[in-house]
Amino acid sequence: MAKYLLLKHYRGAPAAVNDVPMDQWTPEEISAHVQYMNDFAARLEKTGEFVDSQALAPEGTFVRYDGEGRPPVTDGPFAETKDVIAGWMIIDVDSYERAVELAGELSAAPGAGGKPIHEWLELRPFLGASPTIPECTFK
Amino acid sequence: MTPIDEALLRSLTPGVLGVLVRRGADFAAAEDAVQDALVEAVRVWPDDPPRDAKGWLVTVAWRKFLDATRADAARRRREDRVDEEPPPGPAPGTDDTLQLYFLCAHPSLTPSSAVALTLRAVGGLTTRQIAQAYLVPEATMAQRISRAKRTVSGVRFDQPGDVATVLRVLYLVFNEGYSGDVDLSAEAIRLTRQLAAAIDHPEVAGLLALMLLHHARRAARTAPDGGLVPLAEQDRSRWDTKAIAEGVGILQAALARDRLGEFQAQAAIAALHADAPTVEETDWVQIVEWYDELARLTDSPVVRLNRAVAVGEADGPRAGLAALAALDDALPRYAAVAAYLHERDGDLTTAARLYTEAAHKAPNIAERDYLTRQAARLNTRRDR
Repeated sequence: MAKYLLLKHYRGAPAAVNDVPMDQWTPEEISAHVQYMNDFAARLEKTGEFVDSQALAPEGTFVRYDGEGRPPVTDGPFAETKDVIAGWMIIDVDSYERAVELAGELSAAPGAGGKPIHEWLELRPFLGASPTIPECTFK
Repeated sequence: MTPIDEALLRSLTPGVLGVLVRRGADFAAAEDAVQDALVEAVRVWPDDPPRDAKGWLVTVAWRKFLDATRADAARRRREDRVDEEPPPGPAPGTDDTLQLYFLCAHPSLTPSSAVALTLRAVGGLTTRQIAQAYLVPEATMAQRISRAKRTVSGVRFDQPGDVATVLRVLYLVFNEGYSGDVDLSAEAIRLTRQLAAAIDHPEVAGLLALMLLHHARRAARTAPDGGLVPLAEQDRSRWDTKAIAEGVGILQAALARDRLGEFQAQAAIAALHADAPTVEETDWVQIVEWYDELARLTDSPVVRLNRAVAVGEADGPRAGLAALAALDDALPRYAAVAAYLHERDGDLTTAARLYTEAAHKAPNIAERDYLTRQAARLNTRRDR
């Protein structure tokens, strides 16, 4: 029972095997891709492993505090930003092995030519709750 | 209006479910019916409390079961007829509760499914409460539970089960602690207590004692800012002495049976900590002996890691480091233990580096922040 984030990148992940940008797919290929993603989420809900799935706009704004009584400063988007998150799925699974298995399946979503994209997804464990029975004597 | 005793209501859950299953209802349908009856009890009882709470629940749950079965039959246009009157069947067995624990912790279930099913079918929690406790959507938890029910649908109710799998499930629930509006540690204690009443088994008693002894320290384990307070720094006046006394009593009775198991050994270690009025008075020599026992019982590298800490206290940090050297440094919390022992040994530079490394590898926020603070304390000391 551990939560993992499956992180999808617009930019910043190593190149996918089937690395054709989406705007060069046929409309049917795009539909097939979207359908695959929806089916995947629905299947995870049925297995009781789905937590959340969201997509992000590619461009955002950087914001920071600018001192008492002043409005926050905004900047960007920066064209040179190397790492751009496209979206995520959060899963709740029994083991790391299961998380890897599911990330592998998600990475097989079809792209150009209806072939799997083989895109690199980043798998990140959530920091869990502190166990009630501490596993270390010094706690 | 009489406020409803939710604990009483939920304690009746396994017995009522057992009656329905004994009358011939299949487990999945019976479990749904009992949930419906619990919901109705919460609605009706405040204005109209029943004289016989369990009898009321059995009657309502059985009616819900018949309604659902009939609707189901009509939907499938089946000719099957269900009798209005419950079949006599065998008298409700006293071991119904026990059988339910076995079923919900069946080895064919994954740990997360077994936990969810146990909390619902034995604990009487709603799907929503369980979903909130585990921070997943209610729809996901509903699916997890119904899948679990399908998985065990072919298991015979009167089949003897394995106590060890039940104990692992309860241990998992306890360790989840407190999130959302359900106190899972308290719920695990309640369920383990109920199990201890249904079966005479020293390891069940051992787990109950272990839970009580750890639960007794809960208030002292967290600082006002939510930070982790290590055992050595805890305000022992905030420990729950009543829970400690109960845990120690249960453990002593279990140990007297001379059938040692890992939960009794873990509880013995917790009891030795609980027994020390101050950290200096901790009987580390005995704790090391219990870790030796535990290592013999479980052969777990995590136990050996904890043992190294205890050895460090009993025989000095050099001895602790020597014990640590025999272990795989990829073990979770290895760096944290190494940092602690190096600090006790006076090598603050190494300790600071290892605390940072340990924080980086920490599996949860409380430990990460604690370890980061330890590194920061050493890195910013004045006498550097």
